[in-house]
Amino acid sequence: MIEMKDLRAGYPGRTVLERVSLDFRPGEVLAILGPNGCGKSTLLRTANGLLPKTGGEVLMDGVPLTRFTAREIARMVAYLPQSRAVPSITAERMVLHGRFPYLSYPRRYGREDRELVKKALDRVGAGDLARRSLPELSGGQRQKVYLALALAQDTPVILMDEPTTYLDVSCQMEVMDLARRLAEEGRAVVMVLHDLTLALRYAHRAALLHEGRVRRVGTPEELCAGTDLEEVMGVSLGRIETEDGRRYFYR
Amino acid sequence: MNSWRISSVGRKGQAGLIALLGLLVVLTSVGSLALGAAPIPPGEVIAALLGRGGVTQTAIVLYARLPRLCGCLLAGAALACAGVIIQGVLNNPLAAPNIIGVNSGAGLATAICCAAAPGAVRWTPAAAFLGALAGVLLVLFISERAGAARITLVLAGVAISSMFGAGIDAVVTFVPDALSGYTDFRIGGVKNLSMARLAPAFWVIVIALVIALSLSNELDLLLLGRETAQSLGLPAKWLRLALLMLAAALAGAAVSFAGLLGFVGLLTPHIMRRLVGEESFPLLLSSALGGGLLLTVCDLAARLIFAPFELPLGVMLSLTGGPFFLWLLLRQRRGGGV
Repeated sequence: MIEMKDLRAGYPGRTVLERVSLDFRPGEVLAILGPNGCGKSTLLRTANGLLPKTGGEVLMDGVPLTRFTAREIARMVAYLPQSRAVPSITAERMVLHGRFPYLSYPRRYGREDRELVKKALDRVGAGDLARRSLPELSGGQRQKVYLALALAQDTPVILMDEPTTYLDVSCQMEVMDLARRLAEEGRAVVMVLHDLTLALRYAHRAALLHEGRVRRVGTPEELCAGTDLEEVMGVSLGRIETEDGRRYFYR
Repeated sequence: MNSWRISSVGRKGQAGLIALLGLLVVLTSVGSLALGAAPIPPGEVIAALLGRGGVTQTAIVLYARLPRLCGCLLAGAALACAGVIIQGVLNNPLAAPNIIGVNSGAGLATAICCAAAPGAVRWTPAAAFLGALAGVLLVLFISERAGAARITLVLAGVAISSMFGAGIDAVVTFVPDALSGYTDFRIGGVKNLSMARLAPAFWVIVIALVIALSLSNELDLLLLGRETAQSLGLPAKWLRLALLMLAAALAGAAVSFAGLLGFVGLLTPHIMRRLVGEESFPLLLSSALGGGLLLTVCDLAARLIFAPFELPLGVMLSLTGGPFFLWLLLRQRRGGGV
């Protein structure tokens, strides 16, 4: 769906990503792993065109991303940034803005938009929060509302930058479960994650970044078996088989 | 604007509040036309407005009080909405047209315009718009350069404000007649207005308000943060510029006839944000009404309290608005809500 070839990106005077080749596939949860500052967020922001690339290619279904307008990209790629504002508006209103890429001037949201919003909120288990104002909500509830915003955008690709940070364990699992279900619908779900055990448990594939380059891409089993994770992250993981599937733990 | 959290009222509550504000605007408008050094009963006010009143009453209502009322409503609405837009776009609750140099930019351009061509009263709104725009663009440029740290932005705005202020002083020093009633201009007021003088500003303000309201969804998106806004397909860079130009048009038009009435642009958006929440459409609408209401009430008080003497509107605004604003701040500090 999204394919990056030899990508180079960064900020003025500082190259962050170098020679990154990676693809985001439909029907798959891809976890992006790596130490702080290795370029994970930059990767997501380049993948949806928020940050212009300085070299290489980003292809969307084979077409260079630069050929699309911001609105067209917004109908294909939803993005949940790491730092999220908390304006004093209701959850419903917030999620309604997920429909923004589909509006034309003077941009009035219609009944269909509102129905989609309701579905999105129900889907993340936040249907009862619709009328509440964002600052009133807890961190976990706000995160759900942000997820609903991305769902309301109804895109084939969903990028999430650290969606589980600040969430308690059960909320983290809910988010990961939702990610799996979205992938099962045929979407490409890409998540930057810090918790390796959580990432390997839920992701179909994981990409390990180190100093701006992709060190290793593979299934959780492959990553766990290799030595790259240990070398880059400084921890080694163990794996056990349970009745509910594989589980990973820090040794 | 996390520091201004409120539990916002529902949609019905918002509509109710806006209706209430509208009603208050109508009531104070009637009051403003009826009361003053020579009180006129409301019935005769209406007769005068319809052209059926006595000669003296008609003259007072149509030529003294009506322009004044319209000036208050227009300047209040324009400055308050400029405040809403600037605070939203710069994502900074401290930003307001008077603080970040927009008003003083407009003031300087007005002064230069009047000094260069004394007969060019008609062109003052255009000049004021350009001056306000210069102020806005300087602030935007600095905020992009300085990484938009909130305090940097405000400090830069204060510096720009005082530079423009010094410019106004310099113009007035060299051409003392440039701003007739210079003190009034600096303090801000709506004395000695005529409908003809208001007309150009009226059109600018009405058109800018309509455009601003039509862009309320975009303004909402900017509240979600620049990255989220962009990822939803908003051309954030252009939109910020367009919205700030609207704010400049609003503030510029107001300054062109009402002078440097600053406080209303900071005070009104904050009060309204607590009442209706941050959603842009109701916030803009209620701020437009609230700003007009605030100025009309202050103007009425300024005329009545020391009648037959008058306090300048700007003085009255700061004297009443200041303590009210501080009270709001203290309430928030104690954890109380409105």
